[in-house]
Amino acid sequence: MSDPATLQKTALFSAHQKLGARLVEFGGWLMPVQYSGIVDEHKAVREAAGVFDISHMGEFFVSSTFGKSFLNGLLTNDVGKLAAGQGQYTLVLNEQGGVIDDLIIYRLPDDQYFLVVNASKIDEDRTWIEEKLKLPGGVGIFFSDRSSFYSALALQGPKALEIARALFGPGWPEPKRNEITSYSWNCQPILAARTGYTGEDGLELFFANEIAENFFFALLEAGKPFGLKPCGLGARDTLRLEACLPLNGNDLSDKRTPLEAGLGSFVSLTKEGDFPGKAVLQKQKSEGIKEKLVAFRAKEKGPPPRPHYPLFLGDAQVGEATSGAPSPTLGYGIGLAYVRADQSEPGTTLELEVRGNRVPVEVVKKPFYKRVSRASISTP
Amino acid sequence: MSNIPEQLRYAASHEWIKVDGDTGTVGITDHAQHELSDIVYVDLPKVGAEIAAGAVVAVVESVKAASDIYSPVSGKVVEVNTDLLKKPELVNSDPFGAAWLYRLKISAPAELDALKDAAAYKALIGD
Repeated sequence: MSDPATLQKTALFSAHQKLGARLVEFGGWLMPVQYSGIVDEHKAVREAAGVFDISHMGEFFVSSTFGKSFLNGLLTNDVGKLAAGQGQYTLVLNEQGGVIDDLIIYRLPDDQYFLVVNASKIDEDRTWIEEKLKLPGGVGIFFSDRSSFYSALALQGPKALEIARALFGPGWPEPKRNEITSYSWNCQPILAARTGYTGEDGLELFFANEIAENFFFALLEAGKPFGLKPCGLGARDTLRLEACLPLNGNDLSDKRTPLEAGLGSFVSLTKEGDFPGKAVLQKQKSEGIKEKLVAFRAKEKGPPPRPHYPLFLGDAQVGEATSGAPSPTLGYGIGLAYVRADQSEPGTTLELEVRGNRVPVEVVKKPFYKRVSRASISTP
Repeated sequence: MSNIPEQLRYAASHEWIKVDGDTGTVGITDHAQHELSDIVYVDLPKVGAEIAAGAVVAVVESVKAASDIYSPVSGKVVEVNTDLLKKPELVNSDPFGAAWLYRLKISAPAELDALKDAAAYKALIGD
């Protein structure tokens, strides 16, 4: 770990200390990895609710009547599909089609767009957008990186919405899936998006640093009767892996395209405007994808998969794991890996090399875990 | 506040050793299991393996990561705790007892002098 004194701290740093969190370095930030324990927190999110400090993530604003065409020239998804109050998952690519960052963009009222980017990519994303602003398409675009002024919490789990209702009261405009609304809590604006990174229903809440600690403790208090627990990056990683949500830097990289990562539905090759990497993706689409990001599970009890473990078919290496962990929900080892396309079909058995030994794994359909939607629960 | 038994010797890398004649029993400390949390898998050495002091002898895996375990002293492995293959969580619940990792025949007893006593280990972890 780097010298803790050089690491950035969120506005909730002292709150984490009060709650007994174990803090670790993550992308240049000192963040809670766990409070009560990864498995305990993981289960809380699957069965009740958990709250995560995601203040390290970046918040960008773009506003202009020309915002749509500017952003469509930067991002893979079609910003034109967004009505006011809606969000979408999208990606920023380099000219080779590799992933610089994955993010969620929301369209706010009055031609304003709100982008939530990865913590470790804030500077790279900002520089990259500022470069584009210098081009003719950037004329009349107002861009602001407000990351250092914003704090954020992810409230996730089957009880998340009930907790938010209990905290905000009856006047709160509840966002639907992928929507964002604004609300005034104790005279302070809170943006609430119905998004997350756990595979559960829930919210991501954005607000000013000044109210971060008060809001965090008010939320924990409101959530107490529902079993809400503070959760760290450890549980966040196992939860997102079970849901097969990719982690930039592991499952996504500047050497891999979103088509290889299985994220083609977040890439519009038909929209107006050329985004960086588009030509490479078009070529890849017509020629076929040679390596794909697949989900795999351990077939036997044994050592959990970890990032960088190689995958073999006989003597031939056919892939490498990019994520891996024991799944707290499923009770066996799970992982994501880029493998040769001819070995990417669910049901394919491969061997994972762990410290010189081979263990059998099976390619399975994504995701490992899918929450039961409310609509499909039959009432007795 | 970690449990640090007086009668054991400790390595700075958080292993303990209990010496009985020329045999040593090795495990990881309460502090180490607490830091790792949620142990899900243990890889043990082979009986008969010759291990040098400071060499990787076992791997303990938590939900988050795989951690190398280093032998506090040199010697030949004479027994491993196969209970841990079925119940790795013993490392969390009983690190100084049921979750011993392996026993070895100590080949260089002088190496024991380089290890810490309970007070020095307590100081190391800032307990």
